Amino acid sequence: MTEIIIHQEKIADVDAVLKLCPFGAIEVNDGKVAINAGCRLCRICIKKGPAGAFELIENDAPAADKSKWRGIAVVAEVTAGKLHPVSFELLGKARELAEKSAQEVYAVVFGFRLAPVAEELLDYGADKVVVYDQPELEHFRIEPYTAALEDFINAFHPSVVLVGGTTVGRSLAPRTAARFRTGLTADCTILDIQPDTDLDQIRPAYGGNIMAHINTPRHRPQFATVRYKIFSIPEKCRRDGAEVIQRKLAPSALGSGIKVLEVKPKPPVKMLEDAEIIVAAGRGVKKLEDLAMLHELAELLDGQLASSRALVECGWAPAGRQIGLSGRTVKPKLIITCGISGAIQFAAGMNNSEFIVAINSDPEAAIFKIAHVGICGDLYSVVPRLIERLKGSMA
Amino acid sequence: MRIIVCIKQVPRSTQVEIDEKNGTLKRDGVESKLNPYDLYALETAMRLKEEHSASVAVLTMGPPQCEEAVREAFMMGADSGFILSDRRFGGADVLATSYTLAQGVRRIGDFDLIICGKQTTDGDTAQVGAELAEFLGIPHVTNVCRIHAVNTEKITVDMDMPAHIETSDVDFPCLITVEKGIFEPRLPSYKLKLATVDRAINWLTLDDLPDRDAGHYGLNGSPTQVKRIFPPDTHQEHIMLEGEGAELGDRLFELLNDNKFLQKL
Repeated sequence: MTEIIIHQEKIADVDAVLKLCPFGAIEVNDGKVAINAGCRLCRICIKKGPAGAFELIENDAPAADKSKWRGIAVVAEVTAGKLHPVSFELLGKARELAEKSAQEVYAVVFGFRLAPVAEELLDYGADKVVVYDQPELEHFRIEPYTAALEDFINAFHPSVVLVGGTTVGRSLAPRTAARFRTGLTADCTILDIQPDTDLDQIRPAYGGNIMAHINTPRHRPQFATVRYKIFSIPEKCRRDGAEVIQRKLAPSALGSGIKVLEVKPKPPVKMLEDAEIIVAAGRGVKKLEDLAMLHELAELLDGQLASSRALVECGWAPAGRQIGLSGRTVKPKLIITCGISGAIQFAAGMNNSEFIVAINSDPEAAIFKIAHVGICGDLYSVVPRLIERLKGSMA
Repeated sequence: MRIIVCIKQVPRSTQVEIDEKNGTLKRDGVESKLNPYDLYALETAMRLKEEHSASVAVLTMGPPQCEEAVREAFMMGADSGFILSDRRFGGADVLATSYTLAQGVRRIGDFDLIICGKQTTDGDTAQVGAELAEFLGIPHVTNVCRIHAVNTEKITVDMDMPAHIETSDVDFPCLITVEKGIFEPRLPSYKLKLATVDRAINWLTLDDLPDRDAGHYGLNGSPTQVKRIFPPDTHQEHIMLEGEGAELGDRLFELLNDNKFLQKL
């Protein structure tokens, strides 16, 4: 059992000890210092309290035998017969992790009529592509998909399972992780691996204001989800001896309490995540009508118009166009932010963009810290001039 | 129809700083609020309550002060409240949190529908709902953006996928997580506040749960460990252009051209 025990005799100043805990979990009960349900085991009381007063008793439960869990698995996702690009991004990262720790790369995919998909996965560096190709898996339903991933894990014992942070992935990964009673780290932005196959997972928390480095030291497999456009799509490269392995689920494993009635595409709003060039509008835009100017700029660049949260909240832009932690994560080749201050909540959704241009009249704006090119000026004079030049170059 | 809504009390602000010396969070006081995404879960439950005479229980896990969150749910119309609070639940990750909630649900008893918010604003993981459903062995649908119909046996919902809407019938008992914006959350009612101010809350400790093995809860039941926390990185290299507007527009045009952003297929 891991727990903190208190040595009362080493506490001289009780009032000082009560103030140690940032969660207010230290209290006095019947004249004794005690820890209540607010405790998060953050260990500040051990580090900052009187020497020896708080002692950590470490976990002594048996850990998984790591030598029996080998391989980096990527759960590839198919929507409407096509692989989601996050699958390729994860395969690139999986290859990197596999080289560092001498493991194989698996791609596992669920769906119906998957032959072309399996071929494509071979082209992106998987050693083994494991395919569950059954009509019952055509549409996403949580129980059969979980059963398929469970079957894969029981058959191949991968040390790591990487899942795209998509709607499907964020449902499938936790469900399967719970089934194996193992750890899952959501929305990792950095992944690395130790020689003993322990995965170093780094993710933002508290709205991106802090980064947390997380390990799953005693359990296997280690689940991590990664959002689309966090990693890059690797060059195509087929491995020697790479193969496709077909597996099938028994009918008993395909049952579900969910009956899919219809899958229909959303209206053809092009997805912001797919845009290579984005013009993002923020609070510096003074009137709703002025967005037309930025829309024109986006069109001239063959890009899309997006916005910060401020404009969504005042109803000038639809929620689907919002970049940021509570909106979309984008990684375009070019983003031009116009009148956006660059609060961390916005920056977290776009700071992986390849080339960031920021136009803002405030030289102290936070956006300039992450911009590759900062333009300190009035967007109402910079943008019209840029539009004029773009039109000129096309004429 | 019996509904359970899972809620969480979260820090009022996510503006936290890190003590660089020992890598811990600097937190002065513990100002809290009800997780904003949970308002949509509560509102969904209230609509179902009004239309289908459902009963609504709220369930949360946390320190004693999370009673405030349950009281707020009462002010929106929830009928009963359950709080899982025990020192032995501390330090729980997604798995241990979900497991503890599942034990709490078993303690509450029979239910038809569990509703969760899409995610919390502190952990941001959006995973507890799916893990809770797994521990209860019931189907789940995340990202529900619309409820079409409800009868005694099932609920018909739209799941919001990136490019598609998947409409399905889900058999009871089941769990759904709802999107922000599924309904406009009502404001807490002063009348309900007065009516519920004395309403007893059911406090549950480890000793009240079906599984009393402390190794399954809190830090001990958590496979993931936070090794360290640190401030986010910001790009260091950048160039700044200053000057008059039209000149800046010209320079930006040239820069975009030089970097091949103006090439068309």
